[in-house]
Amino acid sequence: MLKKIFNFYKEGFLSMKTGKKLWIIIGIKLFIMFAILKIFFFNDFLSSKFDNDKDKGDYVIEQLTNINK
Amino acid sequence: MEHIDFSLVDWSRAQFALTALYHWIFVPLTLGLSFIIAIMETLYVKTGNPEWKRITKYWMSLFGINFAIGVATGIILEFEFGTNWSNYSWFVGDIFGAPLAIEGIMAFFMESTFIAIMFFGWNKVSKKFHLLSSWLVAIGSNLSALWILVANAWMQNPTGMQFNPETARNEMVDFWSILFSPVAINKFLHTITSGYVLASIFVIGISAWYIIRKREVILGKRSIVVAGTFGLIASLYLAFTGDGSAKAVAQYQPMKLAAMEGLYHGSENAPLVAIGILDDVEINVDEDHFIAELPIPGALSMLAFGDFDAFVPGIYDLVHGNEEQGIISYQEKIKIGKKSIDALKAYKVAKKEGNTNEAEKQLKIFKENYKYFGFGYYAGHDPHELIPPVKITFYAFHIMVSLGTYFILFFALMLFYTLKNKIQDKNFILKLAVWTIPLAFISQEAGWIVAEVGRQPWVIQDLMPTIAAVSKIATTNVIITFFLFLAVFTALLIAEFKIMLTQIKKGPEEISKN
Repeated sequence: MLKKIFNFYKEGFLSMKTGKKLWIIIGIKLFIMFAILKIFFFNDFLSSKFDNDKDKGDYVIEQLTNINK
Repeated sequence: MEHIDFSLVDWSRAQFALTALYHWIFVPLTLGLSFIIAIMETLYVKTGNPEWKRITKYWMSLFGINFAIGVATGIILEFEFGTNWSNYSWFVGDIFGAPLAIEGIMAFFMESTFIAIMFFGWNKVSKKFHLLSSWLVAIGSNLSALWILVANAWMQNPTGMQFNPETARNEMVDFWSILFSPVAINKFLHTITSGYVLASIFVIGISAWYIIRKREVILGKRSIVVAGTFGLIASLYLAFTGDGSAKAVAQYQPMKLAAMEGLYHGSENAPLVAIGILDDVEINVDEDHFIAELPIPGALSMLAFGDFDAFVPGIYDLVHGNEEQGIISYQEKIKIGKKSIDALKAYKVAKKEGNTNEAEKQLKIFKENYKYFGFGYYAGHDPHELIPPVKITFYAFHIMVSLGTYFILFFALMLFYTLKNKIQDKNFILKLAVWTIPLAFISQEAGWIVAEVGRQPWVIQDLMPTIAAVSKIATTNVIITFFLFLAVFTALLIAEFKIMLTQIKKGPEEISKN
């Protein structure tokens, strides 16, 4: 059964023409998104500052309630 | 929030707008084209006519290009939530997390199974199973959109939640009221049907191009009949759901409605501005700002509240309040919001000090005033800062509505001439069909501009403004990533455009040989 499913996908991908070009674009896109943008530019702000949910919550409360300018 | 860098807020907003607008170029075409393909394949299975199979496979190839280029562009929005809008992300808690998780799981299963059968399964699975897969792709992609639209609707009309001051998160207490809020229902139906309209125009426009070139005339005519019928029904329903959306906006976001209509002074029997030109003044609410206008008396009262005599509040009434109509001024709401914020702060201090009585007292004050929590951030500010950009909202709304009306006539016209078998002689109408494709995309983007710019400054209506939602990160980082996205998305768009045009120029014959 698993082999059948595997072959179904394999044959499908191998018979692609325009699809191959599209998969290259998808690959480049995912690489840019996850290997460059996510790692170097889009850290989770709270997770990068705090280890646990309590500290994250305290920080956000402090941010939300400290409105004196 | 000692120092809010407004350029940080503005750049973060610009970045989110940029990525959302790009993302929305691909999504509506997927939503609508998947159904058109499923209908075409149904005709093939019902009639056994191989021409319908050829037609189905051709539109599937264009669907595949759009899907491949557009897939995962929405994930960038999720990156931005965690990085640029961390206060907001934390504050919304599982309200946003649950729908997004369901959306992610649904999208994954749909994409990895049924789309694969749709593209690879011809002659490998039975006709009926293939057809079922095509329908499941259509239904699955639309249901996938449901969850993200429910999350967006909650931001426009927060309901079914309770704020937990211990965790600083809103917690879901009533899933059904979030899912079935009038804003969510209308938003979902209005948005997906707009996708059907766009996809129908896309199919008709390309079919018209073939007919102009005297290529694939049968494919063109049959595609116009399917897309024209689907588009006409969808565009009429779109008008109906648009009416529902306007009523929901009137009830839950009156400032947005006033901005959509450029209504500065409210009245009973309020007019709907069919066409209007506004002057350059954005902030002064004491004057009328139309340089020229064509009003339809009473139509706005009727559309907003189903009653010609209903009072529709204008921007002035909402900012300054209107005692006669029971409208609280923004200044008053700011005081209430500030009271709620101060009570939350005092509650946390009392809890820390172990003063249970004081904590309970402050918690009660906080809860009683939570409704206008977000207004508190404007204490000491000019309440006019709470007015959304009126001109952008007004023009975007009128562009959307005008184009929506045009699309109904367009579908009727295309269907009429195609069913009369005269479309091949109507060169002007065929060219019009090709040029209507970009108009369909413009109307889509205009719709989102109305929805999102019109609710500024709120990230969550009345509870959290953008200035409270943004993370304290370096503005330069946001500027760099803004231009990175601009470059990446533009490259993707050019790639889509080029591959799509090549595929269209090749036509179904060449594609089937490949």
